[in-house]
Amino acid sequence: MSGHEFQSHFENSGSIDMDDTSTNIDETTMDELRQLAARYPQKRSALLPMLHLVQSVDGRVSPAGIQACADVLEISTAQVSGVATFYTMYKRRPAGKHHVGVCTTALCAVMGGDILLDRVQAKLGIGENETTPDGKISLERLECNAACDFAPVMMVNWEFMDHMTPAKADELLDKLLNDEEVHSTRGARITSWREAERVLAGFPDGLADEGPTAGDSSLVGLRIAQQRGWKAPTAEQAPVEQAGSEQASSGEETK
Amino acid sequence: MTDTLTPVLTANWGDDKAWKLSNYERRGGYKALRKALEMQPADLVTWVKDANLRGRGGAGFPTGMKWSFLPKDNPNPVYLVVNADESEPGTCKDIPLMMASPHTLVEGVIISAFACNSHHAFIYCRGEVLHVIRRLQQAVREAYSAGYAGKNILGTGYDLEITVHAGAGAYICGEETALLDSLEGRRGQPRLRPPFPAVAGLYASPTVINNVESIASVPGIIANGKDWFAGMGTEKSKGHGIFSLSGHVKTPGQFEAPLGITLRELIDLGGGMREGHELKFFTPGGSSTPILTAEHLDVPLDFEGMAEAGSMLGTRALQIFDETTSVVRTTLRWVEFYKHESCGKCTPCREGTWWLVQTLRNFEAGKASPGDIEKLLDVSDNIGGKSFCALADGAVAAVTSAVKFFRDEFEAGCTTPAWELFPYEKSALFADSELGAHA
Repeated sequence: MSGHEFQSHFENSGSIDMDDTSTNIDETTMDELRQLAARYPQKRSALLPMLHLVQSVDGRVSPAGIQACADVLEISTAQVSGVATFYTMYKRRPAGKHHVGVCTTALCAVMGGDILLDRVQAKLGIGENETTPDGKISLERLECNAACDFAPVMMVNWEFMDHMTPAKADELLDKLLNDEEVHSTRGARITSWREAERVLAGFPDGLADEGPTAGDSSLVGLRIAQQRGWKAPTAEQAPVEQAGSEQASSGEETK
Repeated sequence: MTDTLTPVLTANWGDDKAWKLSNYERRGGYKALRKALEMQPADLVTWVKDANLRGRGGAGFPTGMKWSFLPKDNPNPVYLVVNADESEPGTCKDIPLMMASPHTLVEGVIISAFACNSHHAFIYCRGEVLHVIRRLQQAVREAYSAGYAGKNILGTGYDLEITVHAGAGAYICGEETALLDSLEGRRGQPRLRPPFPAVAGLYASPTVINNVESIASVPGIIANGKDWFAGMGTEKSKGHGIFSLSGHVKTPGQFEAPLGITLRELIDLGGGMREGHELKFFTPGGSSTPILTAEHLDVPLDFEGMAEAGSMLGTRALQIFDETTSVVRTTLRWVEFYKHESCGKCTPCREGTWWLVQTLRNFEAGKASPGDIEKLLDVSDNIGGKSFCALADGAVAAVTSAVKFFRDEFEAGCTTPAWELFPYEKSALFADSELGAHA
């Protein structure tokens, strides 16, 4: 290995790798899959969360995971595969410890996302949907992640990295590659892609209280309104009881 | 006279730990729920109808009217589903709302479910926003612990289960019937209507689906009154809405204002265009709404104003591009998005967006042939309005509005690459010094 082979480049990269039958799914996982199924009026509704859980355990959508979902939901493996291959968050090959995304939908692309993606690919020596040979980082070209006022945007394990620049991207990747602590610009400290997948499956990790209430861009309008004394009308102007009219002005001064 | 900005949903976003139940309650949170639980569900539906709340997810359909379509004689359970799959390019209002103040949504969910006689509500949130899902999960747990959700809510005998559900990466699941299929554990592909979800939605049961901001607006309407809400906005577009300003402005961000504010006012609040540049074009409400130009700066951003200007209010996602930007490039990127996100169910969309991308790539590379503009328009004509849902219509809107206002740039695409006409690095937001290492 020169160290620059693309580890997850397969000729048949469009389909789930059914040759690798390794799995970490055990009885605990099966119990959790059954728990998820029980949360819904009809158990098949749990399939998306269950596939997130499979990824958190196996690092991808594994053949054993497909079988486990099919068994719990009493549907065919083809039905599970059909769903698993429809959604972009389900990975058919092992993702990295950290999954990095660069948004290149129109607005982010124009604001610098294209340049960032080139830069990240060059630095990591991998292309889209590939994983570094050491398994540390996988890379994805993202479609709009609903953070356009923070453009250009990158994501790590589905946490926001706002207002990115090439220098910030370099620093971010260096820290991830060196296992240093990284924080989202408006989220929690970065854990790992697998741990993130477990939360998405519906098993909280207790980090909800980390990070700020909102990022800077989210607050631009509110700050201007506060400076200029602009408020929504009070309830007094309506012919019903006053409730919540004090809402807009309390709180802020008290912290 | 109403103030230029009217923070209601965004009012607590600057608070320390606004996402916690205690902080939400300190600002009067869950008072609206107590008030609602003392009313009759049917009266709540009328209340929201009278307030003239129109859906905040893009289409602008009156929320109360949607609720009133639920059949009274259907024996199946009623479901309330919140569409939190915010993915329309440019749209970025629901995500910060759920991150900062998830209880605003949760309180809205409980009131709305009560109004619709529903005992199980789902919040379907796109999966690619981990921290938002963490805060939603926690807020729902807190609501259960406080007796606002679960069995016998606040001693009234009303029961409600709330399930936070993470999607898995598919823009199409923001389309309400695709969302329902996805929530049933299937590929997210739109359904043929009728029947509409109000009659046969989730599990073929009566279902109400509303956008996050619509549902989050309900507590304020209940607490402050329907006339309070209808007192903001314009004649047919009532109330407050979050306007998301992004792109080539000095200070992009979220601005909550009465419907009908203009882009000139918003850009002014955003500090103006970035230094030394001027507005070239913008989307009023996400990439699916036809682009407009500087001549539309003073058109009211409400449902009627945008329709008259030939576009749509959509999600009030104002993506601003200055004169350094290639229209051909942005159009290609938007159409690539629709091609990527097409679910593949309908042929005009699946094949048509592919053909649009091929043709637009030639324009970007300066290799288009004479007649390719007509080809673009002809293909668009064969796509628009010919599929189950409006996804491909979004691609068509991007193409036809771009050709309408900037035909000369497409003509130039027959001879000169877009990156020569509009060097791409000049559009980037970071300083020139940062670009040195870019090969």
